[in-house]
Amino acid sequence: MSFAVKCRDVIKSFESEAGLQRVLHGVDLDVPWGEMTMLVGPSGCGKTTLLSIVAGILSFDSGDVEVDGQDIAKMSDALRVAFRRRTLGFIFQQYNLLPALTAAENAAIPLVAGGMELSAAAKAAMPLLDQLGMGEHAAKLPRQLSGGQQQRVAIARALVHEPKLVVCDEPTAALDATGGRTVMEMLRAASVRADRATLVVTHDHRIFDFADRIVRMEDGRIAGIETKALETVP
Amino acid sequence: MGKVALRMLFGDPGKYLGLVFGIAFATLLMAQQAGLFVGILGRTVSQIVDVQEADLWVMDPRVKYSDVTEPMTDTQLYRVRSVEGVAWALPFYRAMSTARSPDGILEQTLLLGVDDATLTGAPRKVLLGNIDDLRQPDAVAIDRAGFGRLWPNVPLDLGREVEINDRRVKVVAITEAGAPFTTAPVVVMRYSQALIVAQPRRSQLSYVIARAAPGHNAEDVAARIARDTGLQGLTRDGFVNKTMTYFLRNTGIPINFGITIALGFIVGAAIVGQTFFLFVVENLRQFGALKAIGVGNLAILRMVLLQAGVAAVTGYSIGIGLAAAFFEFVPRISIELRGLALPAEVAVGVAAAVLLIIAAASFASVRRVLVVDPAIVFRG
Ligand SMILES: Nc1ncnc2c1ncn2[C@@H]1O[C@H](COP(=O)(O)OP(=O)(O)OP(=O)(O)O)[C@@H](O)[C@H]1O
Ligand SMILES: [Mg+2]
Repeated sequence: MSFAVKCRDVIKSFESEAGLQRVLHGVDLDVPWGEMTMLVGPSGCGKTTLLSIVAGILSFDSGDVEVDGQDIAKMSDALRVAFRRRTLGFIFQQYNLLPALTAAENAAIPLVAGGMELSAAAKAAMPLLDQLGMGEHAAKLPRQLSGGQQQRVAIARALVHEPKLVVCDEPTAALDATGGRTVMEMLRAASVRADRATLVVTHDHRIFDFADRIVRMEDGRIAGIETKALETVP
Repeated sequence: MGKVALRMLFGDPGKYLGLVFGIAFATLLMAQQAGLFVGILGRTVSQIVDVQEADLWVMDPRVKYSDVTEPMTDTQLYRVRSVEGVAWALPFYRAMSTARSPDGILEQTLLLGVDDATLTGAPRKVLLGNIDDLRQPDAVAIDRAGFGRLWPNVPLDLGREVEINDRRVKVVAITEAGAPFTTAPVVVMRYSQALIVAQPRRSQLSYVIARAAPGHNAEDVAARIARDTGLQGLTRDGFVNKTMTYFLRNTGIPINFGITIALGFIVGAAIVGQTFFLFVVENLRQFGALKAIGVGNLAILRMVLLQAGVAAVTGYSIGIGLAAAFFEFVPRISIELRGLALPAEVAVGVAAAVLLIIAAASFASVRRVLVVDPAIVFRG
């Protein structure tokens, strides 16, 4: 079985006042293609740290991290930036939309970063916005949208360039229960497909049922893995 | 990403206007003050520059600048003429004298005496009358501004009489003269008559104006004059520089203007630096998200510099436009303010200063953006 993400014995420490503090104690993680994997666990257990490492925006002390078959530690900085631009889609808890850009333009940012002209890219993002139910709001600025609507724009931004791996950190933490479920339904429908992996960090148990696979973390280690397959197939 | 950068800039009108205002203010203040400075400095050499025919000025070695002369004997004129490479050499008289109009208005005037035969050095721009009429007895030409001071609110006309050092003379021509530093009326007469009108102590040769013969370099001829006659031989530019340098070194002009110009620079830099820094810092999270998504540092740098550059160009255009309007408008307020303008060199210099301001303002901000860790986007 090939995996979108393969982590082996990943160790990560942070400088702190009390000296070097180890946050990840040798993590092994496999994220399969075609599924939505959730990374869950108590606050401070290292979920965001692990996700940042997998996403290539945080360095680590030792271990191996492969994304789409490529060793991200071996890439030069410039190559890693280009790799992120092509291969990854990002969804943040705080949406991080550009306030001066319309919904369509925000969704189009990865295309623009890849060299496309802004208005052409915004047009190219329209079908995805339609699919996410945001077509009629495409010309609005982020501040004219609700939180759930902003997160749907962010989903469009994460998918518009057809990335192989989509990483999300607490995508529903800023939303109410129904808003969160709507966003997760949309994310599942738009993101999950055979040639893509979706990795969601969350401690929002209300959305666990959207996962194909749940990886539990505890104190910087993987504590267990549950799959729907295991539950449904005896 | 350039378009995105501009949308970010214009999408924050408060900061954008603050930036533009800061730069426009600094530009206006610096350009206006520097323009006045250059204009006022230029006035110290008006009466050198006005004598377009001469490219050589010869004077007593003790003369430090054009306003204060040391008399020479008339024979010096012949010695200058005999120097190799001198095409012609003519006397030029210059002194301050007192004019009294029939209405009793007293004015310090700048009295210039030009060669009797050729009238070389007399103003070339004649508004009324004929400069050749200077050959008539007791004839003078007076500049337009000076006429207005001696006869306020009277339309320009000829034939009016005025006493200069208690000698009655008649206005035969109204001219346009470069504004002198002291804004005194500029009165021109024949050299021989000037010697009579002026005080006896001063009734001697002030300058010899001369021209280098074709094929001779003015600088070489000036050096040769100095060597052969023991007088001070200067080219026109040399005399202009010497006079300006004197004023720069010996008056409060450069310090006064320098302080205001520096103030404009510092205040402008402070406003712009502060505002731009805030603008960038408030967008730090957005820049971090862009970095995570895969926008490289070089592209981010270009975005920030584009934002700074657009604000700078807009602010500079407004500021320099206002300064140009000032200099367009101000000479119309009073004739004493004539000739003040916004020199291209000042516009270029101020542009360089604005560039410096914006470079300094971007420097701190750019650093913040470049070191921002994209990993912050996953932190709350
Ligand atoms: N940049 C950093 N510098 C120092 N310590 C850090 C840094 N980032 C994270 N940590 C520490 O690492 C540990 C794990 O943090 P992390 O954000 O990965 O946890 P988390 O599982 O995502 O928690 P939460 O559910 O609250 O988001 C915490 O103790 C945190 O204080
Ligand atoms: Mg976290």
